[in-house]
Amino acid sequence: MSETAAPAGTLLEIRNLRVLYEVRGAKAPAVDGVDLTLRPGEALGLAGESGCGKSTLALACLGLLPRNATVEGSIRFQETEVIGAKPGRLRALRWAGISMVFQGAMNAFNPVKRVGDQVIEAILLHEDVSRSEARSRMQELFEHVGIAPRRAGEYPHEFSGGMRQRVMIAMALACDPPLVIADEPTTALDVMIQAQILNLLAQLREESNIALIVITHDLSVLAQVTERVAVMYAGRIVEEGAVSDLLITPRHPYTRALVGAFPIVGDPASRGVPAGLPGDPPHPEARPSGCAFHPRCPAAFEPCDSIDPVLERHGQRLAACHLVAREEAR
Amino acid sequence: MSAQTTRSGRAVRRTRRIQAFKTSASLFARNKMGLAGLVILTVFTLTALFADVLVPEARLSVINAPGTPLEPPSAQFWLGTDELGRSVLDLVIQGSQISLLVGFLATAISMVIGALVGITAGYFGGWTDVILMRLTDWFLVIPFLPLAIVLAAILGRSLFVIALVIGVTTWPATARVVRAQVLTLKERPYVERARALGAGDRQIIGRHILPNVSPLIFANTILIVALAIYTEAILSFLGLGDPFRVSWGSILESAFTEGAISLGAWWYLVPPGLCIVLVVLGFTMCGYAFDEILDPRLRDR
Repeated sequence: MSETAAPAGTLLEIRNLRVLYEVRGAKAPAVDGVDLTLRPGEALGLAGESGCGKSTLALACLGLLPRNATVEGSIRFQETEVIGAKPGRLRALRWAGISMVFQGAMNAFNPVKRVGDQVIEAILLHEDVSRSEARSRMQELFEHVGIAPRRAGEYPHEFSGGMRQRVMIAMALACDPPLVIADEPTTALDVMIQAQILNLLAQLREESNIALIVITHDLSVLAQVTERVAVMYAGRIVEEGAVSDLLITPRHPYTRALVGAFPIVGDPASRGVPAGLPGDPPHPEARPSGCAFHPRCPAAFEPCDSIDPVLERHGQRLAACHLVAREEAR
Repeated sequence: MSAQTTRSGRAVRRTRRIQAFKTSASLFARNKMGLAGLVILTVFTLTALFADVLVPEARLSVINAPGTPLEPPSAQFWLGTDELGRSVLDLVIQGSQISLLVGFLATAISMVIGALVGITAGYFGGWTDVILMRLTDWFLVIPFLPLAIVLAAILGRSLFVIALVIGVTTWPATARVVRAQVLTLKERPYVERARALGAGDRQIIGRHILPNVSPLIFANTILIVALAIYTEAILSFLGLGDPFRVSWGSILESAFTEGAISLGAWWYLVPPGLCIVLVVLGFTMCGYAFDEILDPRLRDR
C-alpha cells in the first residue's frame, strides 16, 4: 500500500482502519487494519460471514459506531476526514454525502409515521427547501423506484417487504448523495423481489453515477450490481478483485469456500448439497495466531499458524494468503 | 412534475390536516366505547363551563336558601336539598367546575414532568439517567396522601395547591414507564436510520421517540385525571379543600358531617359520588379509544 496522498478522483479512502469494541474491559478489534479506495461512481461489494466486520466498517464511514467503540486510522470522504470529525460536520455529511440502505427495511421505518413523511424528513434535514418542494421531490423519488406516489400517505405496515425496501432506496437517494452504502439490501426478501431490488440498484447507479458499497454474505448479489469485491474475514480484507474474475477463480481458500457455498445454475456438480465450511469465524477477542483463517482452512500448511499473511498484489488481484503467495512464486 | 406542485405548500398542508382530522374523527366515531366516553365528558365539560349561567350565585346563598333543609327529590328540587335548603343539583353543577379543573390541571403538571424526565433519562442514559431515576425513586416513595395533607395545610387551601400537590406526586409512575419504553425505542433501527440521516437529538426525540411514546403517556396520565378528582374529593372530605368553593368532594364532606347517611338522605350522598365515578369512567374509556387511534397498527382490528 502506497503512503502517498489520495489520488485525484478518489471518493472514499480508508487507510489502516481499526475499530475496537470494548467488551468487559478488554478491547476486541472488529475491524483490524482495512484499506479501501473507492472512485466516484464505482460499485464495490463487501462480502463475508456474519461477524467479520462488514457492518462495523459501514457504520464507521458514517461515524455511527456505538460509544464503546474506538476507531483508529483514517477514513477520508471527498475532502472530509470522518474520524474525529465534529458532530455538526458529521451530521452534514450523513445522508447528503453518504446515505445508507439498511438491513431489514421493515424495522428501519418509524411505524407511527407515514412513509412519505419519513422521506421528506431526510430532504428537509439537509436542504433548505420548502415542505411542498420536498413533497414533490419525494413523489418523484417514489415514481423513480416504482411506487405509486399516492401510497406515500400510508404507514410502513401497509407495505410489503419489497416495497419497503424500494422506499428505503428512495430515501437513500433523497439528497443525491455521491455514495450509497447498502447493508444486506436483499436479506429477508424472496428471490424474485431480490432480483427486482438488485436491478433497481443497478439501474439507479447507471442513471445517476452514484458510487455504491454493497455489504452482503450472498455473493450472487454482488455479481449483479458490483464491479469489484473485497472479501472480509475476522476484520480484515483477505481477497480483493474484479467481481467476474473473483467469483469464477477465487484464490483465497476462504473465498473459495464462500463461492462453493452457492450452487451455480447450469453446473450439475454444484447441485444437491452445497459445500459448507465447518466452524465459525473467530471471536474478535480470541484471534488465532498467524493467519486468522488457518484453523478452518482446508489447505493450511506450515507457516499458516505462525506467520500472519499480508495483503499482496498478485496481478489484478489482492490476496492475503500464504498458499496464493506460494502458487504465485512458482 | 404534476399540477400538484403549483399549489402552495400551505394549501396542500391544510387539505392534508383536514383529511387527517376527518380520518381520526371517523375512527373515533366508529369506536363505541370512545364515543360513549366522549359524550360523558362533553356533557360534564359543558356543564362545568356554563355552571355560572345554569346556577346563579344567589341560589347557592346560605342565608336565603330556596328550600327547606333536607327535602327529598321533588319537581322543584330534582335531587332534593342539603341541610341548608340549597338544591343538591345546583351544588353538583357548581362542584363540577372545581373537580374538573383540578383534574385537568394536575394531569397537565404530571404529564409534562413525567414525560420530560422519562424521555430525558431513557434517551440520554448514563449519569443523566442515574440522577433522574434516583430523583424519581425519591418522589415515588413519598407517601402521597400525608404529603398532600401537609402541603395543603402549609400552602393554604387553594385549588392550585391541590393540583400542584397531585401533579408533583404522581409523575414518577409515568416517568418510569416512559423511560422503559424509550430505552427500547432508542435501539430500534429507525432511530439509527434517523441518526444516519444526520438528525440531531432534538429531531430524534421530537420526531421519532415522542410520537411512539405519546399513546403510553396518554394512557398513563388519563388515569391521573381520575386520581386527581378522587384526591380533591379526599382532601375536601378531610376539610382541606378550598372552603369558599363547592366541589364534589366538599359536598360529600358536608353530607357526611350532617349525618346524611343516618338520616336516610341518599339524594345528598349519591349524586356527587356518581358524578365522580362517571367522569373517571369517561376518561378511562376515552383513554382506551385514543390508544387505538394514535397507534395506526391497532386500527382495523
